Amino acid sequence: MGLLKTFKLGGVHPAENKISAQVPIEVLPLPKKVFVPMGQNLGAPSKPLVKKGDEVKTGQLIATAGGFIGSNIHSPVSGKVFKIDVVPDSSGFRRPAVIINVDGDEWMDDIDRSNDIVREIKATPEEIINKVKDAGIVGMGGATFPTQVKLTPPPGKTAEFLIINGVECEPYLTADHRVMMERGEELLIGTHILMRALKVAKGFIGIENNKPDAIAHLTKLAKDYQGIEIVPLKVKYPQGGEKQLIKAVVNREVPSGKLPIEVGCVVQNVGTTLAVYEAVQKNKPLFERVVTVTGKALSKPSNFLVRIGTPIGELVEAAGGLPDDTGKVIGGGPMMGKSLLSMDIPVVKGTSGILLMKRAESHRKPEQSCIRCSKCTYVCPMGLEPYLLSRVSKLGKFDYAEKERIMDCIECGSCQYTCPAAIPLLDYLRLGKNKTGQIIRSRNKK
Amino acid sequence: MNMFTVSGSPHVHGEYSTPKIMYGVVIAMIPAMLVSVWYFGLDAVRVLVLAAAASIFFEWVIQKYLIKGAVTITDGSALVTGILLAFNVPSNLPSWMVIVGALVAIGMAKMSFGGLGKNVFNPALVARVFLLISFPVEMTSWPKPHALSKGFADVITGPTPLGIVKEGLRSGKTMQELKPELPNYIQDLIGQMGGSMGEVSAVAILLGGLYMLWKKIITWHIPVAVLGTVFLFTGILWGFKPESYADPLFHLLTGGLMLGAIFMATDMVTSPMTHGGQLLFGAGVGILTVLIRVWGAYPEGVSFAILLMNAVVPLINRGFKPKRFGDNPGVKIEA
Repeated sequence: MGLLKTFKLGGVHPAENKISAQVPIEVLPLPKKVFVPMGQNLGAPSKPLVKKGDEVKTGQLIATAGGFIGSNIHSPVSGKVFKIDVVPDSSGFRRPAVIINVDGDEWMDDIDRSNDIVREIKATPEEIINKVKDAGIVGMGGATFPTQVKLTPPPGKTAEFLIINGVECEPYLTADHRVMMERGEELLIGTHILMRALKVAKGFIGIENNKPDAIAHLTKLAKDYQGIEIVPLKVKYPQGGEKQLIKAVVNREVPSGKLPIEVGCVVQNVGTTLAVYEAVQKNKPLFERVVTVTGKALSKPSNFLVRIGTPIGELVEAAGGLPDDTGKVIGGGPMMGKSLLSMDIPVVKGTSGILLMKRAESHRKPEQSCIRCSKCTYVCPMGLEPYLLSRVSKLGKFDYAEKERIMDCIECGSCQYTCPAAIPLLDYLRLGKNKTGQIIRSRNKK
Repeated sequence: MNMFTVSGSPHVHGEYSTPKIMYGVVIAMIPAMLVSVWYFGLDAVRVLVLAAAASIFFEWVIQKYLIKGAVTITDGSALVTGILLAFNVPSNLPSWMVIVGALVAIGMAKMSFGGLGKNVFNPALVARVFLLISFPVEMTSWPKPHALSKGFADVITGPTPLGIVKEGLRSGKTMQELKPELPNYIQDLIGQMGGSMGEVSAVAILLGGLYMLWKKIITWHIPVAVLGTVFLFTGILWGFKPESYADPLFHLLTGGLMLGAIFMATDMVTSPMTHGGQLLFGAGVGILTVLIRVWGAYPEGVSFAILLMNAVVPLINRGFKPKRFGDNPGVKIEA
């Protein structure tokens, strides 16, 4: 299969370690208490609508979008609001959250809880976008960009293709894989819904070739769904990056500083697409998601359907308990995930996995001198020179960094992964991006 | 309470490390080392061991007592420099000159710039040129190779093929008249000719090059650019006047060109960072080599050519950027 599509520039191939790939999705029992952070999306944090002592039902709106780039939040459980307080989230900072004591599981009456698949799409494009907005759907691959914004191209721009991201290029993670295997038909209906909202006739589902079962399964199902093509892709990280996926599937490059809509594309993650199906066809807001819990020392690597706000400790318990030899806990995959402070961090809309690393795997190798081998440049999927950008960032030359396109960096970590001298290139690049971004914003204000 | 390590992503690291790359280069040099011992005997062993040991020793002394910093002699880079230095000298070079060469390579060309990764010029080549200028007689008396040589002193010396051509043409002979004095192509390939220890056998060097390509230690760009340019340039000259210019294959297979193109010009520290830059760098090395070989005072010019191109690497790095993602959208973009 040497002719599989992929992106051209750079890329690496870390050990895949998809240990939980064949473990079916299991519904995680409800926790006693949930911590629902108010900042679960890229952009403005949400504003709570409830107060201490309020009774809430599962699926009830408890916070509204804090701005245009913002998102609603619904109660993932039924019970009583314990309090509204600050709790540490995946960033490590304490941020506002609604804490709810769980009592039973009483859902809002208007949610269709049946297992029937609703195939007929009645909603108009406007209705779909409104529904997605109301349901608080964000990009569930990890970027958490509010989905309704992506479905509303700016004036003058039109979408030509919808691309569903079933790549799951992060090692270890299998949540999207399981959704494709077990919720395939809903996924395809969700794809049709998104195609209708965007008024496009062509939709692709890009899947890496390390998931042949998902490719075969969806290819079979897609025969009944007009305009949807399953695209097998060569395994290469970071193919799940929006720009890399577009390049791989339709051979277009999103220009520097622009959005995918510029080349007529909209990309949505598999989990997001399923959430769209549930919101539009079943009237169910986004309050639960599939999360992979995995790691080499874990006794029972699993894929769980989890309510938002559940502390990750509950997931780890259900997966066999925290191994003694745990040195690092990662929210997401090993390439782009965030290392978490404790077992109390709650699951949010963007949590695709919990990865436990052994102590021996948890530490970086000592940094050595750059030997100018250029491997960071060869593997950069954006065609940047990480050795140079990290150096100028370290020196504070942010105008130089901007000229060398530091803002194009997608923080995939391929450079640091490859570096023979174990230089923390991405640490410096993040610093440089942060500062350069501040400078650009303040300049634009003038 | 559990304490977890917190750090930025990525949380995994790939297979590469500096020692892995350096020892990979050492493995790639094994065929050429064996050939040098085969032809030049125990003398070759003496120079190899001495150059490697002295290079590592000087790096250790400088790091421990002068810089008083971390000692990194086990990373393999000093070993690589030492072997490359041995490759670049005749096998009968007096021991003390080998040691002086190692001191120049490590002390002057590497550590004084700040150590591994910071030097502008290839350390082994700086040492070679230093020795060539300081000890021109010893550096240009080449023992004649013979298989399973016992080595050690009293060996017959003779000129290199390039030296024969240079002198011959200068004294008014034609290439045809020089032909009987020169080794044939098979001898060039297996290394049966006068020259520096590591440069004689093209086959051994190519084997090492293939190994480095396979292990992704080097890319094809620099070797192909160097060899291609030399082949093309000398081919044009030879095509016009075959009686006054050596043929391109002769140029490829003799002297230090193979060694230079595959082991010296590809030194990652002193070569450009992008493939475009590497092609230009290689072409520059090729052109300068031919200029020196054909019109210069020295019969051989590879080391000068590489050192001269080393000097312009920072400039090349400024001018040659990688292909950026997003510059070829594939559709019309409205402003």
